[in-house]
Amino acid sequence: MLEVVSQTTLATLGVALIVSFIRLVKGPTLPDRVVAMDLIGVLVVGLIVVLAGQSGVQATLDAAIVIALVGFLGTIAYATYVERGDPQ
Amino acid sequence: MTDIVTAVVWLAGSAFALLAAVGVLRMPDVFTRMQASTKASTLGLACLLIGSALQMADFASFIRAASIGGFVLLTTPVSGLVIARAAYFADVPLWEGTVLDERQRDSARAARGGSSAQDNRNGHVDERSRG
Repeated sequence: MLEVVSQTTLATLGVALIVSFIRLVKGPTLPDRVVAMDLIGVLVVGLIVVLAGQSGVQATLDAAIVIALVGFLGTIAYATYVERGDPQ
Repeated sequence: MTDIVTAVVWLAGSAFALLAAVGVLRMPDVFTRMQASTKASTLGLACLLIGSALQMADFASFIRAASIGGFVLLTTPVSGLVIARAAYFADVPLWEGTVLDERQRDSARAARGGSSAQDNRNGHVDERSRG
């Protein structure tokens, strides 16, 4: 039963990734795209966490930690860029 | 028993993540999109983490899942605030149905030469906009 449930969960997360990718492509302004990238980072962390629970390999959770950290730093960097503009 | 709880929590978490993505696609404005993505994705990720920690049933992986959850819970509001600030000051247009822009109201009042007590509808005087 858990096999079917984990496949369903992964498929739903994949659909969520596709939907937020549509916003990343469409997004009229740069902050829209930053929000979509932030959401994609969180969704990838969730995907990796489900894969870790499915396979039972602990090192996968370390990868999820790294992606969460890098996603936060990237969001902060993009926000500074949007607020200050291109430093020339 | 553990499998049932894991199944319920995983399905709920992925449903919340999908809701966050649909909210980001469908909402009319950067700021409304942001509130959909931050709140719903935090809840979804927390549910997925609980399911995985139950499934692995191991102290080390429990600690890792808890640290991911705590980190995301701490950083998602911060990044939301920073993006919202940047978008507001970059003059991203608000949705035309927006009813209240408190920052614009306060700065317009400060430009008029400070606020009076009658000006404030709530009855309390805003100390910041007097200076």
